[in-house]
Amino acid sequence: MAILEVKNIRKTFGNVEVLKGIDFSLEKGQVLSIIGSSGSGKTTLLRCLNFLETPDTGVIKVNNDVLFDSSDPSTRLESQIRQKRLHFGLVFQSFNLFPQYTALENVMLAPRLAAKEKRAYEAQKDKIKAEAVELFHQIGLSDRMNNYPHQLSGGQQQRVAIARALILKPDILCFDEPTSALDPELTGEVLKVIKQLSDKNNTMIIVTHEMAFARDVASHVIFMDGGGICEQGEPRELFNNPKEERTRQFLTRYNS
Amino acid sequence: MKLIFQQMPIVIGALNSGFVQTLKLFSVTLLGAFPLGLLIAFGSLSKIKAISLATQFVIWIVRGTPLMIQLLIVYYFPGLVLHNPIWGGGESGRFLAASIAFIINYSCYFSEIYRGGIQSVPVGQTEAGLVLGMTKRQIFFHVTLLQMIKRIVPPISNEIITLVKDTALARIIALQEIIWAGQAFMKGSHGISGAIWPLFFTAFYYLIFNGIVTVLLTRLERKMDYFR
Ligand SMILES: Nc1ncnc2c1ncn2[C@@H]1O[C@H](COP(=O)(O)OP(=O)(O)OP(=O)(O)O)[C@@H](O)[C@H]1O
Ligand SMILES: [Mg+2]
Repeated sequence: MAILEVKNIRKTFGNVEVLKGIDFSLEKGQVLSIIGSSGSGKTTLLRCLNFLETPDTGVIKVNNDVLFDSSDPSTRLESQIRQKRLHFGLVFQSFNLFPQYTALENVMLAPRLAAKEKRAYEAQKDKIKAEAVELFHQIGLSDRMNNYPHQLSGGQQQRVAIARALILKPDILCFDEPTSALDPELTGEVLKVIKQLSDKNNTMIIVTHEMAFARDVASHVIFMDGGGICEQGEPRELFNNPKEERTRQFLTRYNS
Repeated sequence: MKLIFQQMPIVIGALNSGFVQTLKLFSVTLLGAFPLGLLIAFGSLSKIKAISLATQFVIWIVRGTPLMIQLLIVYYFPGLVLHNPIWGGGESGRFLAASIAFIINYSCYFSEIYRGGIQSVPVGQTEAGLVLGMTKRQIFFHVTLLQMIKRIVPPISNEIITLVKDTALARIIALQEIIWAGQAFMKGSHGISGAIWPLFFTAFYYLIFNGIVTVLLTRLERKMDYFR
């Protein structure tokens, strides 16, 4: 059974149709890579999944639960959106760490606030801390936990942002060009962490311009063009034998 | 010179009580303008066009005219034009009128600073909070507020230091603040007349007070140096 099903997502800004009916599904433990040229709607799609944008039409189902259905107004209730967001995590291109908190505090903030809301902070605080420390171990930053974001390199900041998303244990973790804002020599450390996550069967959607990485880590690749899915398939198939002319053109630009 | 030493205790006493009035006006203005300014900032940022336009119009009027004229209008308009002297004639009425004019004036200046502060926090901060399942309220108090404060402290400090000196304008409606008290010795007060030095001497009060305010505000700014 698919962990995520997306049907007919459309989104218009003003009079520009940015998403023209997106359909896809994702199995648990799969890694989906989304590639495509600038302006093809990749970010908008991730923002719709994370409820930062509301699609004009479409259905989003996670574990067969209807999170969003444009024809059912009860799925649009502001009060429930917060809970629904927690099925997804999102790692931004620009990290967006909170500058006034240390790396460790950044990772602990959301679970701490959630625990406080449930009046369970005292009971949970040690567990939250232990989980956060364990995540820092995983991302290889145990020695930088108490640094502030501006004291970390871009690659380190992005790894902290990944830990911040992971601590909430989302069903599906989304990445929007996680290495695009980094100096080339720093992309490797971030990609390594993402690769480790895929080895541990985390379900992920990765928007990226790193074709070699997409080919290596993805179980499925979608090529988006002009707001629609132009072609999708297994990475080896799509990269070696693209069926569509548009895909071929796009790939030759990246391989040259 | 000997005369000045004889006059000194009397003058200092009078200037001190004038300075108390200055301090009162200063504090009341800040206490009123900090929250009112935030309200006005939210008004000018409102998504409802009518509210934001109306607010910006008021801000334009208040920032576009001298505080001195605003003081005169607030104090004299009810009595002379509406024939309803709501302020009464005494010092407490003058203080109330001056406070209201100062609060309105300063909250408009503060609101523009707040607005800049609110807009200068990148939307990515709010979106990161939303994606982590935080409420709008949690995001405001735990993510954006401190970043806003960090950005508004320097410009607000400038306004506060200007306010220390602006309180002297209240003399125009005869509020008995420190300049008024100093000037009184020229015409005659407490048995001293024709003395101009007490007026000049008030400058020390402003200098010392501004010195203290500057030190406190710089300390606050430094407190937030630990992040960017
Ligand atoms: N809030 C918005 N308002 C208006 N237009 C928008 C908005 N967000 C995105 N767009 C437009 O939608 C189109 C798709 O944008 P999107 O950011 O999803 O593309 P992308 O595939 O992520 O591109 P890139 O590779 O450059 O990140 C662009 O033409 C963009 O200008
Ligand atoms: Mg994008």
